[in-house]
Amino acid sequence: MSVQNLNAYDPFADEGDPLAETADVGSTSDYIHIRIQQRNGRKTLTTLQGIPKQYDQKKILKAFKKEFACNGTLVEDEKMGQVIQLQGDQRAKISSFLVENGMEKDTIKVHGF
Amino acid sequence: MASEAPLFDPSLKKKKKKVDFFEDPLAAEADPTKPAPETIDNTTISGVKVDLGPATAHELMKAEKKEKDDDDFKAMFGDMKKKKKKKDIALDFGDDAAASPAPAPAPAVPEKVVADAPAEAATITADDIDFSDMKKMKKSKKKKVVDLDAFERGLNDSKAKPKSEDADEDDEEGPAPDGSHLDNIDDEELGDDPFAQPGEAPVGVDAGNEAWLKSDRDYTYDELLTRFYASLHAANPSLLSSASKKRYTIAPPQLFREGNKKSIFANVTDICRKMHRQPEHVIAFLFAEMGTTGSVDGAGRLVIRGRFQQKQIENVLRRYMVEYVTCKTCKSPDTLLSKENRIFFMACESCGSRRSVNPIKTGFQAQVGKRSKNKTG
Repeated sequence: MSVQNLNAYDPFADEGDPLAETADVGSTSDYIHIRIQQRNGRKTLTTLQGIPKQYDQKKILKAFKKEFACNGTLVEDEKMGQVIQLQGDQRAKISSFLVENGMEKDTIKVHGF
Repeated sequence: MASEAPLFDPSLKKKKKKVDFFEDPLAAEADPTKPAPETIDNTTISGVKVDLGPATAHELMKAEKKEKDDDDFKAMFGDMKKKKKKKDIALDFGDDAAASPAPAPAPAVPEKVVADAPAEAATITADDIDFSDMKKMKKSKKKKVVDLDAFERGLNDSKAKPKSEDADEDDEEGPAPDGSHLDNIDDEELGDDPFAQPGEAPVGVDAGNEAWLKSDRDYTYDELLTRFYASLHAANPSLLSSASKKRYTIAPPQLFREGNKKSIFANVTDICRKMHRQPEHVIAFLFAEMGTTGSVDGAGRLVIRGRFQQKQIENVLRRYMVEYVTCKTCKSPDTLLSKENRIFFMACESCGSRRSVNPIKTGFQAQVGKRSKNKTG
Protein backbone atom coordinates (compact mmCIF):
# COMPACT_ATOMS: atom_id res chain seq x y z
CA MET A 1 0.00 0.00 0.00
CA SER A 2 1.44 3.29 -0.97
CA VAL A 3 1.02 6.37 1.07
CA GLN A 4 0.28 9.11 -1.26
CA ASN A 5 1.94 11.77 0.78
CA LEU A 6 5.31 10.06 0.74
CA ASN A 7 6.25 10.33 -2.87
CA ALA A 8 9.29 11.93 -4.28
CA TYR A 9 7.70 15.23 -5.04
CA ASP A 10 8.46 17.82 -2.43
CA PRO A 11 5.79 20.45 -2.53
CA PHE A 12 7.92 22.84 -0.55
CA ALA A 13 10.90 22.63 -2.82
CA ASP A 14 12.32 25.95 -3.74
CA GLU A 15 11.12 26.74 -7.17
CA GLY A 16 13.21 29.79 -7.42
CA ASP A 17 11.97 33.15 -8.43
CA PRO A 18 8.75 32.69 -10.33
CA LEU A 19 9.60 35.72 -12.35
CA ALA A 20 13.06 34.47 -13.14
CA GLU A 21 12.40 33.57 -16.75
CA THR A 22 10.44 36.65 -17.45
CA ALA A 23 13.06 38.97 -16.17
CA ASP A 24 11.52 41.91 -17.84
CA VAL A 25 8.25 42.02 -16.01
CA GLY A 26 7.30 45.63 -15.78
CA SER A 27 10.52 46.65 -17.39
CA THR A 28 10.85 48.99 -20.26
CA SER A 29 12.07 46.37 -22.65
CA ASP A 30 8.77 45.29 -24.13
CA TYR A 31 7.75 48.78 -25.07
CA ILE A 32 9.00 51.06 -27.74
CA HIS A 33 9.66 54.36 -26.07
CA ILE A 34 9.65 57.62 -27.90
CA ARG A 35 11.03 60.43 -25.83
CA ILE A 36 11.81 64.04 -26.33
CA GLN A 37 14.56 66.15 -24.88
CA GLN A 38 14.99 69.84 -24.94
CA ARG A 39 18.14 71.27 -26.31
CA ASN A 40 19.14 74.86 -26.38
CA GLY A 41 16.53 77.30 -27.44
CA ARG A 42 13.51 75.75 -28.99
CA LYS A 43 15.42 72.85 -30.41
CA THR A 44 14.56 69.35 -29.42
CA LEU A 45 15.83 65.85 -29.80
CA THR A 46 13.72 62.75 -30.20
CA THR A 47 14.96 59.40 -29.02
CA LEU A 48 13.54 56.08 -29.98
CA GLN A 49 14.35 53.17 -27.76
CA GLY A 50 13.33 49.57 -27.69
CA ILE A 51 12.88 48.65 -31.33
CA PRO A 52 12.69 44.86 -31.48
CA LYS A 53 15.92 43.11 -32.34
CA GLN A 54 14.74 41.64 -35.60
CA TYR A 55 14.62 45.03 -37.23
CA ASP A 56 17.71 46.64 -38.61
CA GLN A 57 18.08 49.88 -36.75
CA LYS A 58 20.32 51.37 -39.39
CA LYS A 59 17.73 50.88 -42.06
CA ILE A 60 15.02 52.25 -39.85
CA LEU A 61 17.14 55.27 -39.14
CA LYS A 62 17.74 55.77 -42.80
CA ALA A 63 14.02 55.56 -43.50
CA PHE A 64 13.30 58.02 -40.72
CA LYS A 65 15.82 60.50 -41.97
CA LYS A 66 14.42 60.33 -45.44
CA GLU A 67 10.81 60.40 -44.38
CA PHE A 68 11.00 63.15 -41.79
CA ALA A 69 13.70 65.16 -43.52
CA CYS A 70 15.80 65.41 -40.42
CA ASN A 71 19.17 64.23 -39.35
CA GLY A 72 19.68 61.50 -36.87
CA THR A 73 22.10 59.05 -35.44
CA LEU A 74 22.31 55.66 -33.88
CA VAL A 75 23.61 55.74 -30.33
CA GLU A 76 24.98 52.75 -28.55
CA ASP A 77 24.03 52.81 -24.90
CA GLU A 78 25.35 50.20 -22.50
CA LYS A 79 22.07 49.83 -20.66
CA MET A 80 19.51 50.58 -23.31
CA GLY A 81 21.21 49.10 -26.31
CA GLN A 82 20.85 50.88 -29.59
CA VAL A 83 18.89 54.07 -29.53
CA ILE A 84 17.88 56.14 -32.50
CA GLN A 85 18.24 59.87 -32.07
CA LEU A 86 16.54 62.27 -34.37
CA GLN A 87 16.70 66.03 -34.55
CA GLY A 88 13.54 67.88 -33.76
CA ASP A 89 10.26 66.76 -32.34
CA GLN A 90 9.44 63.71 -34.44
CA ARG A 91 7.37 61.85 -31.88
CA ALA A 92 4.05 61.88 -33.63
CA LYS A 93 5.64 61.10 -36.96
CA ILE A 94 7.65 58.23 -35.57
CA SER A 95 4.68 56.68 -33.90
CA SER A 96 2.51 56.91 -36.99
CA PHE A 97 5.36 55.58 -39.12
CA LEU A 98 5.79 52.59 -36.86
CA VAL A 99 2.11 51.88 -36.77
CA GLU A 100 1.88 52.11 -40.52
CA ASN A 101 4.69 49.62 -40.83
CA GLY A 102 3.06 47.00 -38.73
CA MET A 103 3.95 47.71 -35.14
CA GLU A 104 1.31 47.38 -32.49
CA LYS A 105 0.09 50.73 -31.36
CA ASP A 106 -0.10 49.77 -27.72
CA THR A 107 3.51 48.75 -27.58
CA ILE A 108 4.53 52.27 -28.45
CA LYS A 109 4.81 54.70 -25.60
CA VAL A 110 5.19 58.34 -26.39
CA HIS A 111 6.67 60.32 -23.55
CA GLY A 112 7.26 63.95 -23.01
CA PHE A 113 5.13 67.02 -22.74
CA MET B 1 -41.15 93.68 -28.99
CA ALA B 2 -39.93 95.45 -25.92
CA SER B 3 -43.47 96.00 -24.79
CA GLU B 4 -44.29 92.43 -25.43
CA ALA B 5 -41.29 91.12 -23.69
CA PRO B 6 -42.65 91.56 -20.16
CA LEU B 7 -45.85 89.96 -21.25
CA PHE B 8 -44.00 87.20 -22.87
CA ASP B 9 -41.42 86.75 -20.23
CA PRO B 10 -43.68 85.50 -17.51
CA SER B 11 -45.38 83.24 -19.94
CA LEU B 12 -42.18 81.69 -21.02
CA LYS B 13 -40.66 81.46 -17.61
CA LYS B 14 -43.64 81.48 -15.44
CA LYS B 15 -42.38 78.59 -13.45
CA LYS B 16 -39.07 80.17 -13.09
CA LYS B 17 -40.66 83.27 -11.65
CA LYS B 18 -42.38 81.21 -9.11
CA VAL B 19 -39.22 79.50 -8.25
CA ASP B 20 -37.69 82.77 -7.40
CA PHE B 21 -40.45 83.58 -5.02
CA PHE B 22 -40.36 80.24 -3.53
CA GLU B 23 -36.72 79.47 -3.03
CA ASP B 24 -35.39 82.93 -2.89
CA PRO B 25 -32.84 82.46 -0.13
CA LEU B 26 -31.30 79.55 -1.89
CA ALA B 27 -31.27 81.37 -5.15
CA ALA B 28 -29.58 84.22 -3.42
CA GLU B 29 -27.00 81.82 -2.18
CA ALA B 30 -26.50 80.56 -5.63
CA ASP B 31 -26.07 84.00 -7.05
CA PRO B 32 -22.72 85.07 -5.71
CA THR B 33 -20.89 82.04 -6.96
CA LYS B 34 -20.60 82.84 -10.60
CA PRO B 35 -22.69 84.38 -13.28
CA ALA B 36 -22.86 81.43 -15.60
CA PRO B 37 -23.75 78.79 -13.01
CA GLU B 38 -26.38 81.09 -11.69
CA THR B 39 -28.36 80.85 -14.82
CA ILE B 40 -27.92 77.13 -14.78
CA ASP B 41 -29.12 77.09 -11.22
CA ASN B 42 -32.18 78.96 -12.12
CA THR B 43 -32.92 76.67 -14.90
CA THR B 44 -32.50 73.64 -12.73
CA ILE B 45 -34.69 75.19 -10.17
CA SER B 46 -37.08 76.05 -12.85
CA GLY B 47 -36.77 72.55 -14.08
CA VAL B 48 -37.93 71.35 -10.75
CA LYS B 49 -40.58 73.92 -10.76
CA VAL B 50 -41.59 73.16 -14.23
CA ASP B 51 -42.35 69.86 -12.86
CA LEU B 52 -44.19 71.20 -9.90
CA GLY B 53 -46.38 73.47 -11.89
CA PRO B 54 -47.80 70.99 -14.31
CA ALA B 55 -48.19 68.46 -11.60
CA THR B 56 -50.54 70.65 -9.68
CA ALA B 57 -52.09 71.71 -12.87
CA HIS B 58 -52.54 68.09 -13.56
CA GLU B 59 -54.57 67.58 -10.54
CA LEU B 60 -56.50 70.78 -10.44
CA MET B 61 -57.11 71.99 -13.91
CA LYS B 62 -56.08 69.22 -16.12
CA ALA B 63 -58.90 69.70 -18.48
CA GLU B 64 -58.73 73.29 -19.50
CA LYS B 65 -55.12 74.03 -19.17
CA LYS B 66 -53.66 71.02 -20.75
CA GLU B 67 -54.11 72.00 -24.34
CA LYS B 68 -52.84 75.48 -23.81
CA ASP B 69 -49.82 74.25 -22.08
CA ASP B 70 -49.27 71.79 -24.77
CA ASP B 71 -49.42 74.46 -27.37
CA ASP B 72 -47.15 76.73 -25.47
CA PHE B 73 -44.57 74.18 -24.88
CA LYS B 74 -44.78 72.87 -28.34
CA ALA B 75 -44.24 76.30 -29.62
CA MET B 76 -41.45 76.89 -27.21
CA PHE B 77 -39.55 73.70 -27.01
CA GLY B 78 -40.75 71.61 -29.87
CA ASP B 79 -42.83 68.63 -28.94
CA MET B 80 -41.68 67.75 -25.54
CA LYS B 81 -44.63 68.59 -23.37
CA LYS B 82 -46.42 65.36 -22.84
CA LYS B 83 -47.65 63.36 -20.00
CA LYS B 84 -44.34 61.93 -18.96
CA LYS B 85 -42.94 64.28 -16.46
CA LYS B 86 -39.46 62.94 -16.39
CA LYS B 87 -38.86 63.31 -20.03
CA ASP B 88 -40.33 66.74 -19.94
CA ILE B 89 -37.97 67.94 -17.38
CA ALA B 90 -34.92 66.63 -19.05
CA LEU B 91 -35.77 68.32 -22.26
CA ASP B 92 -36.87 71.44 -20.56
CA PHE B 93 -33.59 71.55 -18.85
CA GLY B 94 -31.71 71.45 -22.04
CA ASP B 95 -33.81 74.07 -23.67
CA ASP B 96 -33.99 76.28 -20.68
CA ALA B 97 -30.29 76.12 -20.27
CA ALA B 98 -29.97 77.10 -23.86
CA ALA B 99 -32.58 79.77 -23.69
CA SER B 100 -32.07 81.39 -20.34
CA PRO B 101 -28.50 82.59 -20.75
CA ALA B 102 -29.75 84.64 -23.64
CA PRO B 103 -30.80 87.96 -22.17
CA ALA B 104 -34.02 88.32 -24.09
CA PRO B 105 -36.12 85.26 -23.55
CA ALA B 106 -38.00 85.71 -26.78
CA PRO B 107 -35.90 84.05 -29.41
CA ALA B 108 -38.37 81.70 -30.91
CA VAL B 109 -42.00 82.56 -30.79
CA PRO B 110 -43.23 86.07 -31.28
CA GLU B 111 -46.42 85.03 -33.01
CA LYS B 112 -47.28 82.76 -30.20
CA VAL B 113 -47.02 85.69 -27.85
CA VAL B 114 -49.57 87.59 -29.78
CA ALA B 115 -51.86 84.68 -29.92
CA ASP B 116 -51.59 83.30 -26.44
CA ALA B 117 -50.63 86.19 -24.27
CA PRO B 118 -54.01 86.86 -22.69
CA ALA B 119 -54.76 83.23 -22.22
CA GLU B 120 -51.43 82.75 -20.66
CA ALA B 121 -51.91 85.57 -18.25
CA ALA B 122 -54.92 83.73 -17.07
CA THR B 123 -53.00 80.54 -16.70
CA ILE B 124 -50.30 82.29 -14.83
CA THR B 125 -52.59 83.57 -12.19
CA ALA B 126 -54.18 80.20 -12.00
CA ASP B 127 -50.79 78.70 -11.57
CA ASP B 128 -50.00 81.04 -8.79
CA ILE B 129 -53.06 79.97 -6.98
CA ASP B 130 -52.06 76.42 -7.53
CA PHE B 131 -48.80 77.15 -6.18
CA SER B 132 -50.01 78.60 -2.97
CA ASP B 133 -52.07 75.50 -2.67
CA MET B 134 -48.96 73.50 -3.13
CA LYS B 135 -47.29 75.41 -0.39
CA LYS B 136 -50.08 74.78 1.97
CA MET B 137 -49.95 71.15 1.11
CA LYS B 138 -46.31 71.09 1.75
CA LYS B 139 -46.72 72.56 5.14
CA SER B 140 -49.47 70.20 6.00
CA LYS B 141 -48.20 66.93 4.73
CA LYS B 142 -45.33 65.05 6.15
CA LYS B 143 -44.32 63.67 2.82
CA LYS B 144 -43.79 67.10 1.56
CA VAL B 145 -41.11 67.76 4.09
CA VAL B 146 -39.07 65.03 2.60
CA ASP B 147 -39.79 66.51 -0.74
CA LEU B 148 -38.47 69.83 0.34
CA ASP B 149 -35.31 68.18 1.52
CA ALA B 150 -34.88 66.48 -1.77
CA PHE B 151 -35.56 69.73 -3.45
CA GLU B 152 -32.89 71.48 -1.52
CA ARG B 153 -30.51 68.71 -2.19
CA GLY B 154 -31.21 69.09 -5.82
CA LEU B 155 -30.51 72.73 -5.48
CA ASN B 156 -27.26 72.13 -3.75
CA ASP B 157 -26.24 69.60 -6.28
CA SER B 158 -27.00 71.87 -9.09
CA LYS B 159 -25.09 74.54 -7.33
CA ALA B 160 -22.10 72.40 -6.72
CA LYS B 161 -22.02 71.02 -10.16
CA PRO B 162 -21.83 74.17 -12.19
CA LYS B 163 -19.14 75.34 -9.85
CA SER B 164 -16.92 72.40 -10.50
CA GLU B 165 -17.56 72.53 -14.17
CA ASP B 166 -16.78 76.14 -14.18
CA ALA B 167 -13.60 75.50 -12.35
CA ASP B 168 -12.74 73.12 -15.08
CA GLU B 169 -13.35 75.63 -17.73
CA ASP B 170 -11.40 78.23 -15.88
CA ASP B 171 -8.51 75.99 -15.23
CA GLU B 172 -8.63 74.39 -18.58
CA GLU B 173 -7.12 71.71 -16.53
CA GLY B 174 -9.44 69.63 -14.43
CA PRO B 175 -6.83 66.93 -14.61
CA ALA B 176 -9.43 64.39 -15.07
CA PRO B 177 -7.90 61.04 -15.58
CA ASP B 178 -8.68 60.92 -19.21
CA GLY B 179 -6.23 63.28 -20.72
CA SER B 180 -7.27 64.02 -24.20
CA HIS B 181 -10.77 62.71 -23.85
CA LEU B 182 -11.43 65.16 -21.14
CA ASP B 183 -13.49 67.44 -23.26
CA ASN B 184 -15.72 64.74 -24.56
CA ILE B 185 -16.31 63.49 -21.12
CA ASP B 186 -17.10 66.93 -19.97
CA ASP B 187 -19.72 67.19 -22.60
CA GLU B 188 -21.10 63.83 -21.77
CA GLU B 189 -21.36 64.73 -18.18
CA LEU B 190 -22.96 67.98 -18.95
CA GLY B 191 -25.41 66.07 -20.97
CA ASP B 192 -25.90 63.57 -18.23
CA ASP B 193 -26.20 65.83 -15.32
CA PRO B 194 -29.41 67.54 -16.22
CA PHE B 195 -30.74 64.18 -16.97
CA ALA B 196 -29.71 62.83 -13.66
CA GLN B 197 -31.60 65.52 -11.87
CA PRO B 198 -35.03 64.87 -13.17
CA GLY B 199 -34.80 61.70 -11.23
CA GLU B 200 -34.80 63.74 -8.10
CA ALA B 201 -36.94 66.56 -9.31
CA PRO B 202 -40.10 64.53 -9.31
CA VAL B 203 -39.35 63.72 -5.74
CA GLY B 204 -40.71 67.12 -5.08
CA VAL B 205 -44.11 66.18 -6.36
CA ASP B 206 -44.58 62.60 -6.96
CA ALA B 207 -43.41 60.75 -3.94
CA GLY B 208 -46.49 58.81 -3.18
CA ASN B 209 -49.29 61.02 -4.43
CA GLU B 210 -49.01 60.77 -8.15
CA ALA B 211 -52.17 61.47 -10.01
CA TRP B 212 -52.07 58.16 -11.73
CA LEU B 213 -51.89 56.17 -8.52
CA LYS B 214 -55.62 56.32 -8.04
CA SER B 215 -56.57 55.66 -11.57
CA ASP B 216 -56.82 52.05 -12.56
CA ARG B 217 -55.17 52.33 -15.93
CA ASP B 218 -51.87 50.61 -16.59
CA TYR B 219 -48.91 52.53 -15.35
CA THR B 220 -46.37 53.51 -17.92
CA TYR B 221 -42.78 52.57 -17.55
CA ASP B 222 -41.70 56.15 -17.16
CA GLU B 223 -44.12 56.83 -14.39
CA LEU B 224 -43.00 53.81 -12.50
CA LEU B 225 -39.39 54.63 -13.09
CA THR B 226 -39.87 58.14 -11.84
CA ARG B 227 -41.65 56.85 -8.84
CA PHE B 228 -38.91 54.36 -8.17
CA TYR B 229 -36.23 56.99 -8.29
CA ALA B 230 -38.26 59.34 -6.19
CA SER B 231 -38.69 56.89 -3.38
CA LEU B 232 -35.15 55.62 -3.76
CA HIS B 233 -33.69 59.05 -3.38
CA ALA B 234 -36.03 59.96 -0.62
CA ALA B 235 -34.92 56.91 1.32
CA ASN B 236 -31.22 57.18 0.52
CA PRO B 237 -30.09 60.74 0.26
CA SER B 238 -26.51 59.58 0.00
CA LEU B 239 -27.20 58.13 -3.41
CA LEU B 240 -27.87 61.56 -4.72
CA SER B 241 -24.43 62.82 -3.91
CA SER B 242 -22.77 59.79 -5.40
CA ALA B 243 -24.92 59.89 -8.49
CA SER B 244 -24.02 63.48 -9.16
CA LYS B 245 -20.45 62.88 -8.23
CA LYS B 246 -18.11 65.74 -7.95
CA ARG B 247 -15.57 66.01 -10.63
CA TYR B 248 -12.01 65.69 -9.62
CA THR B 249 -10.29 68.96 -10.16
CA ILE B 250 -6.86 70.20 -9.44
CA ALA B 251 -5.54 73.68 -9.64
CA PRO B 252 -3.64 74.31 -12.83
CA PRO B 253 0.10 74.24 -12.52
CA GLN B 254 1.67 77.65 -12.19
CA LEU B 255 4.68 78.00 -14.38
CA PHE B 256 7.13 80.85 -14.35
CA ARG B 257 10.28 81.33 -16.27
CA GLU B 258 13.41 81.86 -14.29
CA GLY B 259 16.04 83.32 -16.47
CA ASN B 260 16.27 81.84 -19.88
CA LYS B 261 16.68 78.17 -19.26
CA LYS B 262 14.76 77.32 -16.17
CA SER B 263 11.09 77.06 -15.44
CA ILE B 264 9.58 77.23 -12.01
CA PHE B 265 6.62 75.10 -11.16
CA ALA B 266 5.25 76.97 -8.19
CA ASN B 267 2.41 74.88 -6.85
CA VAL B 268 3.84 71.38 -7.00
CA THR B 269 3.29 70.80 -3.33
CA ASP B 270 -0.31 71.89 -3.52
CA ILE B 271 -1.00 69.63 -6.43
CA CYS B 272 0.76 66.73 -4.79
CA ARG B 273 -1.25 67.22 -1.65
CA LYS B 274 -4.43 67.31 -3.68
CA MET B 275 -3.50 64.06 -5.36
CA HIS B 276 -2.29 62.48 -2.12
CA ARG B 277 1.06 61.67 -3.59
CA GLN B 278 4.57 62.24 -2.40
CA PRO B 279 6.09 65.23 -4.15
CA GLU B 280 9.22 63.16 -4.76
CA HIS B 281 7.24 60.66 -6.73
CA VAL B 282 5.51 63.27 -8.80
CA ILE B 283 8.72 65.13 -9.41
CA ALA B 284 10.53 61.98 -10.40
CA PHE B 285 7.79 61.27 -12.88
CA LEU B 286 7.88 64.79 -14.26
CA PHE B 287 11.62 64.66 -14.77
CA ALA B 288 11.56 61.22 -16.31
CA GLU B 289 8.76 62.12 -18.66
CA MET B 290 10.17 65.42 -19.76
CA GLY B 291 13.73 64.19 -19.96
CA THR B 292 15.11 66.94 -17.83
CA THR B 293 16.41 67.61 -14.37
CA GLY B 294 15.76 70.11 -11.67
CA SER B 295 15.44 70.70 -7.98
CA VAL B 296 13.10 71.95 -5.33
CA ASP B 297 13.93 75.35 -3.99
CA GLY B 298 13.49 76.72 -0.50
CA ALA B 299 9.91 77.81 -0.99
CA GLY B 300 8.84 74.36 -2.10
CA ARG B 301 8.78 75.29 -5.75
CA LEU B 302 10.16 73.04 -8.39
CA VAL B 303 12.86 74.44 -10.58
CA ILE B 304 12.94 72.60 -13.88
CA ARG B 305 15.73 72.90 -16.38
CA GLY B 306 14.43 73.83 -19.76
CA ARG B 307 11.59 75.95 -20.98
CA PHE B 308 8.22 74.53 -20.28
CA GLN B 309 4.79 75.94 -20.60
CA GLN B 310 1.87 75.39 -18.36
CA LYS B 311 0.13 73.31 -20.95
CA GLN B 312 3.01 70.92 -21.29
CA ILE B 313 3.28 70.38 -17.58
CA GLU B 314 -0.45 69.91 -17.52
CA ASN B 315 -0.22 67.14 -20.06
CA VAL B 316 2.44 65.38 -18.10
CA LEU B 317 0.44 65.72 -14.92
CA ARG B 318 -2.56 64.26 -16.67
CA ARG B 319 -0.54 61.29 -17.67
CA TYR B 320 0.68 60.96 -14.13
CA MET B 321 -2.86 60.90 -12.89
CA VAL B 322 -3.86 58.25 -15.36
CA GLU B 323 -0.90 56.15 -14.46
CA TYR B 324 -0.56 56.65 -10.74
CA VAL B 325 -3.64 58.32 -9.30
CA THR B 326 -6.86 57.13 -10.82
CA CYS B 327 -8.00 53.65 -10.03
CA LYS B 328 -8.03 51.57 -13.15
CA THR B 329 -11.04 49.66 -11.97
CA CYS B 330 -13.43 52.32 -10.81
CA LYS B 331 -11.75 55.48 -12.12
CA SER B 332 -11.82 57.01 -8.70
CA PRO B 333 -8.95 59.32 -7.88
CA ASP B 334 -9.23 58.33 -4.27
CA THR B 335 -6.23 56.04 -4.10
CA LEU B 336 -3.18 55.50 -1.98
CA LEU B 337 0.26 54.70 -3.24
CA SER B 338 2.49 52.60 -1.05
CA LYS B 339 5.83 50.97 -1.57
CA GLU B 340 6.52 47.37 -0.68
CA ASN B 341 9.68 45.53 -1.62
CA ARG B 342 10.68 48.20 -4.05
CA ILE B 343 7.40 47.93 -5.88
CA PHE B 344 4.76 50.59 -5.74
CA PHE B 345 1.22 49.46 -5.11
CA MET B 346 -1.83 51.56 -5.63
CA ALA B 347 -4.81 50.79 -3.43
CA CYS B 348 -8.16 52.27 -4.23
CA GLU B 349 -10.00 53.74 -1.31
CA SER B 350 -13.42 53.58 -2.87
CA CYS B 351 -13.50 50.17 -4.51
CA GLY B 352 -10.72 48.43 -2.62
CA SER B 353 -8.82 47.21 -5.61
CA ARG B 354 -5.08 47.04 -5.43
CA ARG B 355 -2.56 46.86 -8.18
CA SER B 356 1.08 47.40 -8.77
CA VAL B 357 2.11 50.34 -10.85
CA ASN B 358 5.01 50.71 -13.19
CA PRO B 359 8.17 52.04 -11.68
CA ILE B 360 9.28 55.39 -12.96
CA LYS B 361 12.06 54.93 -15.41
CA THR B 362 14.02 57.63 -17.00
CA GLY B 363 15.11 55.65 -20.00
CA PHE B 364 17.73 56.77 -22.40
CA GLN B 365 19.00 60.27 -21.96
CA ALA B 366 20.79 61.70 -24.89
CA GLN B 367 23.85 63.80 -24.48
CA VAL B 368 22.70 67.39 -24.57
CA GLY B 369 25.01 70.29 -24.10
CA LYS B 370 28.73 70.32 -23.71
CA ARG B 371 30.51 67.07 -23.27
CA SER B 372 33.08 68.64 -21.04
CA LYS B 373 30.44 69.38 -18.45
CA ASN B 374 29.47 65.76 -18.36
CA LYS B 375 32.47 63.90 -16.99
CA THR B 376 31.02 60.44 -17.44
CA GLY B 377 30.03 61.02 -21.03
